[in-house]
Amino acid sequence: MSPLVAGLVQVGILIAALAVVYRPLGDYMARVFQSEKDSKVELAIYRFARIDPRAEQKWSTYAYGVLGFSFVGIVFLYVIQRVQSVLPFNFDRGNVPEGMSFNTAISFVTNTNWQSYVPEAVMGHTVQMIGLTVQNFVSAAVGLAVAIALVRGFVRSQTDRLGNFWVDLVRGAIRILLPLAFIAAIVLIITGVTMSLKSGVDVDGQVVANAPVACQEAIKELGTNGGGVLNANSAHPFENPNEWSNLIEIFLLLVIPVALTRTFGQLVGNKKQGYVLLGVMGVIWSAMLTVIWVAEANGLRPLEGKELRFGISGSALFANSTTGTSTGAINSLHDSFTGLGGGGTLLNMLFGEMTPGGVGTGLYSILVMAIIAMFLAGLMVGRTPEYLGKKLGRKEVTAAAVSILAMPTVLLIGAGIAAILPSTQGALNNPGEHGLSEILYAYASASNNNGSAFAGITVTNDWFQSSLGLCMLFGRFIPIIAVLALAGSLAAQKKVPVTAGTLPTTGPLFATLLTGAIVLVAALTFVPALALGPIAEALL
Amino acid sequence: MDNFLKQSWAGLRILLALTVILGVAYPAAVWGVSRIPGLHGNAEAVDTTLVAVAREGDKYFVPRPSAATLPASGGSNKGELNEDYTKVIDERRTAIAQREGVPEDQVPQDAVTASASGLDPNISPAYAEIQVSRVARASGLPVEKVKELVEAATEGTFTTTVNVTALNRAIDAA
Repeated sequence: MSPLVAGLVQVGILIAALAVVYRPLGDYMARVFQSEKDSKVELAIYRFARIDPRAEQKWSTYAYGVLGFSFVGIVFLYVIQRVQSVLPFNFDRGNVPEGMSFNTAISFVTNTNWQSYVPEAVMGHTVQMIGLTVQNFVSAAVGLAVAIALVRGFVRSQTDRLGNFWVDLVRGAIRILLPLAFIAAIVLIITGVTMSLKSGVDVDGQVVANAPVACQEAIKELGTNGGGVLNANSAHPFENPNEWSNLIEIFLLLVIPVALTRTFGQLVGNKKQGYVLLGVMGVIWSAMLTVIWVAEANGLRPLEGKELRFGISGSALFANSTTGTSTGAINSLHDSFTGLGGGGTLLNMLFGEMTPGGVGTGLYSILVMAIIAMFLAGLMVGRTPEYLGKKLGRKEVTAAAVSILAMPTVLLIGAGIAAILPSTQGALNNPGEHGLSEILYAYASASNNNGSAFAGITVTNDWFQSSLGLCMLFGRFIPIIAVLALAGSLAAQKKVPVTAGTLPTTGPLFATLLTGAIVLVAALTFVPALALGPIAEALL
Repeated sequence: MDNFLKQSWAGLRILLALTVILGVAYPAAVWGVSRIPGLHGNAEAVDTTLVAVAREGDKYFVPRPSAATLPASGGSNKGELNEDYTKVIDERRTAIAQREGVPEDQVPQDAVTASASGLDPNISPAYAEIQVSRVARASGLPVEKVKELVEAATEGTFTTTVNVTALNRAIDAA
């Protein structure tokens, strides 16, 4: 097979597999969040937490739930890293240093899973399992819950109730993520992924680190998390042994965000509303795949930082999918990509990660962008915009604007300060324009809760650990609070009837508007910064 | 603030309950399944050929350059406009051409570039080919036999590569 054909076959298999599960998974997720029944395990959890699962919450209580849960998650994760030396399976890796623990705790709770540490040297198996794996599940479930709350805002009318955060959280984790992750973990072991409680394995006289990889690998992709059990992440043969495991992992990191468009269509009672979002995601995903693939295929040294078994197409496909979602797992080193290819992965994040975006975060991000698109369309024709039967007034548009402006604000402030700090020079792995790209990429990754890196940059000094930690926090929770406020104000409204003047949001006109809004917002915000980094590189 | 504290308290209890299910029971269940005989070898990487480490001696095939510090994994993260790194690559090319006794333009890309993991078990068929005569000389095996072993270690569905770890063990056994 020529490399082009082989790549296209892989893309074809991936899309076919996604198409097969799209309806059943999307419909199943819709049922999970509509169901009136609780399982025995869930009831036991609610009793233990002293929660009434039938009590519905206002948007503010829902938001306090998200914040409170994330806060205790950060504290718990910080503490277990700081006392690692007394936990079993630590292999003398000792207590994780303060700055690194702080950064890692925030990173995993915010679904970023940025790694400033080398797992083989720093993290024992216990912290990986009871800390990082748990957050891989629940941070994804939080994103899912927020997305569902926003959809309820559109569906419900004249109420101040958005559902119960704890119920949405527990159901997302236990009914959706857990069974899928379990199946995926077993399938991954069959392809060759390891699952060992030992610290390493002897290979021809040298020790190579091993870990309980499969259980975390599965949820790391499925929950669009991305933090590797091993330093090389999904480039490591124990995490991703061959072309089939590679395709499975790409499938896993795309499947929930993709199927959620179906869930959305089901919940709002018009599946076409979901298809049009999927269409927009698909168009941008395909365009960016083409850019990254072609750029890498024509690089000066395309195999640097890539694994031979994945080749260029398997690496480009993974890179595009991991940055178009909020995963941030890598099977090749984006830092060694060409200016255009690496710039493509960066641009995917700068779009705000909605092609198709993270678990839940992708759906609510693109819905917020849809509101912006309808607002712009409303301005053009001089009419109060509507979306899904709700008027988009001052409150709604303000909340949407706050949600999309949070990421660029913290990103550009953080990267700007980092670029002028004298200490940054020593942290970079590459000189010139590419050095700036490393800084930009780091802050884009943190602010978007992606977690991948131009990993040559050394981010272990206090400035990077703390500023990137703050970017992850603000990049995660400002949009979440804004989205929940938006949901609250939408739910309070009456439904407006569809009239001849209503712009239909299921057709190509809306799709074009939405695509335009996504591209324009990113372009207007980031072109100046990109011009100094990846664009300059690509032209050199 | 009261509401935040109240929700955090509920959140802590939920987190603890979910930690038992997702952080203890789930990994334990996956680990339990991985003990099934057919899966155990994969799970523990018994006699694994998934990773390659460089071996001492001219009778072995050489894997791709590695930027990893074992037992950890990792790559160079060098960009393509990094001139210092271009020099490193040029030096590698010269050294390999000398070692194998071939012109520099016959040294393939994968031979001079570091992989992402630093443990890449594969080399291209072209890189294997230029190593055959040296390996045959140093191991005392006939060239034809070495070529057979290379053929046997060739793998891949969408890309065709040679597994160095499997190949070197076959040379040990031959």
